[in-house]
Amino acid sequence: MEHVLAEMQEKIRHAHAVGMSLRIVGGESKAFWVCPDAQEILTVSGYSGIVDYEPSELVVTVRAGTRLAELEALLSENGQMLPFEPPHFGPHATLGGTLACGLSGPRRFAVGSARDFVLGVRILDGLGNDLSFGGRVIKNVAGFDVSRLMVGSLGSLGLMTEASLKVLPKPVCEITLEWPLSESEAIGLTNRWAGMPLPVSATSFEGGRLRVRLSGSEAGVMSAASKLGGDKVDSGEEWWRSLREQTAPWFHTGKPLWRLSVNSCSPPLGLSGSVLVEWGGALRWVASDHLPAQLYKTAQDHGGHAQLFRGGDTAHPKGSPLPPVLRKINRKIKQQFDPKSIFNPGIPSWL
Amino acid sequence: MTGGSTPGSMEPLRLALSRYLPSQDILIQPEELRPFESDGLTAYRQVPGLVVLPETEQQVQAILRTCHEFNVPVVARGHGTGLSGGALPHGQGVLLSLARLNSILFLDPLARTARVQPGVRNLAISDAAAASGLYYAPDPSSQIACSIGGNVAENSGGVHCLKYGLTVHNVLRVRMVTLEGEILELGSEALDSPGYDLLALVTGSEGLLGVVTEVTVRLLPRPVTARAILAAFDDVEKAGAAVARIIAQGIIPAGLEMMDGPAIRAAEAFVKAGYPVTAEALLICESDGTPEEVESEMGRLRALLDDSGALETRLSVNEAERLKFWAGRKAAFPAVGRLAPDYYCIDGTIPRRSLGQVLKRIYALSHEYGQEVCNVFHAGDGNLHPLILFDASKPGELEQTEAFAARILELCVEVGGTITGEHGVGVEKIDQMCVQFGVNELHAFHGIKSVFDPSGLLNPGKAIPLLHRCAELGRMHVHHNHVPHPELPRF
Repeated sequence: MEHVLAEMQEKIRHAHAVGMSLRIVGGESKAFWVCPDAQEILTVSGYSGIVDYEPSELVVTVRAGTRLAELEALLSENGQMLPFEPPHFGPHATLGGTLACGLSGPRRFAVGSARDFVLGVRILDGLGNDLSFGGRVIKNVAGFDVSRLMVGSLGSLGLMTEASLKVLPKPVCEITLEWPLSESEAIGLTNRWAGMPLPVSATSFEGGRLRVRLSGSEAGVMSAASKLGGDKVDSGEEWWRSLREQTAPWFHTGKPLWRLSVNSCSPPLGLSGSVLVEWGGALRWVASDHLPAQLYKTAQDHGGHAQLFRGGDTAHPKGSPLPPVLRKINRKIKQQFDPKSIFNPGIPSWL
Repeated sequence: MTGGSTPGSMEPLRLALSRYLPSQDILIQPEELRPFESDGLTAYRQVPGLVVLPETEQQVQAILRTCHEFNVPVVARGHGTGLSGGALPHGQGVLLSLARLNSILFLDPLARTARVQPGVRNLAISDAAAASGLYYAPDPSSQIACSIGGNVAENSGGVHCLKYGLTVHNVLRVRMVTLEGEILELGSEALDSPGYDLLALVTGSEGLLGVVTEVTVRLLPRPVTARAILAAFDDVEKAGAAVARIIAQGIIPAGLEMMDGPAIRAAEAFVKAGYPVTAEALLICESDGTPEEVESEMGRLRALLDDSGALETRLSVNEAERLKFWAGRKAAFPAVGRLAPDYYCIDGTIPRRSLGQVLKRIYALSHEYGQEVCNVFHAGDGNLHPLILFDASKPGELEQTEAFAARILELCVEVGGTITGEHGVGVEKIDQMCVQFGVNELHAFHGIKSVFDPSGLLNPGKAIPLLHRCAELGRMHVHHNHVPHPELPRF
């Protein structure tokens, strides 16, 4: 595998020397969302494989080109999982792409996001330097937390070649319950439940229906289910998968799909078009033709931000702008890691 | 180590600061400065040039701008409980105490968040949230005294972080002021924000990037019940293996602590927690949640521990007994403190599978240096706290202890761990950073520092060593077996 790394490093050094831009490609599963236009492609999928995995350490170290499906299958054999339940958006999704996009699925609500589970990374920066940050242990406060800085940076700071992640045991028992409710009732209820010691691991609301997943020990889940009531959904597992992968019919309206991340207690946002609520109210998917500026303002009014997720211009995906003082800092950070801006030109949109 | 500024040299700065702060909030007399000469790591002392005690963010902003203008170093300090000298003052600089920014600004029970000023004590947040059935999860041992601003600076952990995470997992937003006086809001009320994850970058940055003036933390529902189980072993490796089995069986206990024989005996002599004093290792394992969850987990834990060769397992039958089980562990540091005039606490993290090997090598080093060591261990997350006993009044003993400690930290790195799990680098472990990281990584850290603080005046000399310091130490770390930047001179 070291020769694959050396080849990638050589390519970056060359690109840096001649000022050529590179598009970092994993499994291309998220190209519908982020697809920068560059002079050359730098493929990472050849740099794959599990570097280290000891289930009792709750840590796995993986090369970035490893397929997410392969990693999840290995963890599953050992009764473990990636806690943030990342979406794949296709069979070829890689771990590197998953972390670079920083996307998390339904369980994020309960356990945390992709960045919360990253313990260490190895990257090639814009000069081709091979850098390692963080480590393979759960607690580590030596040096600035560059590992988490890389998550969600969309490959703009460096090519991630390896990552160490904290994993967790899969819950013994999961059930899904549902209630017919209005959007505002569902938001109120899920926020109240989140403040109670209940094993809620995911929520969704769309089409007048609240669904809640409970995860944990059998005794804990059953006791919570009897407290909450609702109707049991037999196809629960399938539902959360279709939500995570956005294969559920709701996502296919033909309208641009916006992702609004807001204060979980925000009331219904009052936007026209169809809405799907996740993460106990903190994530609102909106399928609508609204102008970006209106979505940015709505999200800001509710303590968050908006991003265009599907539809529209994928080379330059839109998202809420940063305040000037933060934009300046973001640009300087980019400058530090990739001084000649060779990686993924034009993204992220906030630069 | 005590020098300080020459009389009168801070006077122009004092005068400039007095435009923004009442004179009683600017301390300059030696007797007023003395209480600030160290943080929780008292082996390092330095009287600051002056101390400022602002009460508002505007004052913090004005102080930082003024220091920038005067080109004077600034060290921010919360409640001074840190264990790595992160708040050690600068002799010609300003010590900026955030202790008076101590209000809980807003607690939102429905959104499960609290917006607080940096000087609010960690435990005060949980106390305020208790009426709503909520609490703030990270619980460093100093939680009754330590400030949330300091927790953000150090990315503090605690005994429950395997299950509930560190500070970085429990903070939603931070407001901070840069040395140039700019106000940055990192994070938001939402679960994610656009831009690079500067919130993660700033958490644990040891006061090198900015001064935190407001923190929004995430609150969690208080578990309904908690029970603990005590398991004694005749061998540390057996106890280590039991820990691995618990985790491999899919159990994430709320707390999972280990003490070795010397630590058990010191703690028992001090607080009479009922620990078996003949044991060579003791595990304290806590389960929390609903009564049903706790019952089911306790049953599984007891079976696993018995099966792992525990000499004895005891389940707490009530809250008083649970607290008694913890009393010995929580008093381990002062208990060890009774055994010798001084002790030196180390904070390395290791992969759990190396525990047996690491402890044996620590015992060998203890023999080599002729100094006793007691080990307490956050076993769940691999965070080891060896406590080296010494007598600072004996010439050379502190230096020898530091050399011993450095060997232990280097051992942690060697087995794939890290030099600090939760106490931070500060001044204490700055030389070990040269072992932990290579030149390119250190260079990247300096690059990040320069983005936020180009003049390098915020907490200079802490956390990130200068490259020539590492070169002088001869501890330059060759990473992935090739020398980075071969074109650079080494001096």
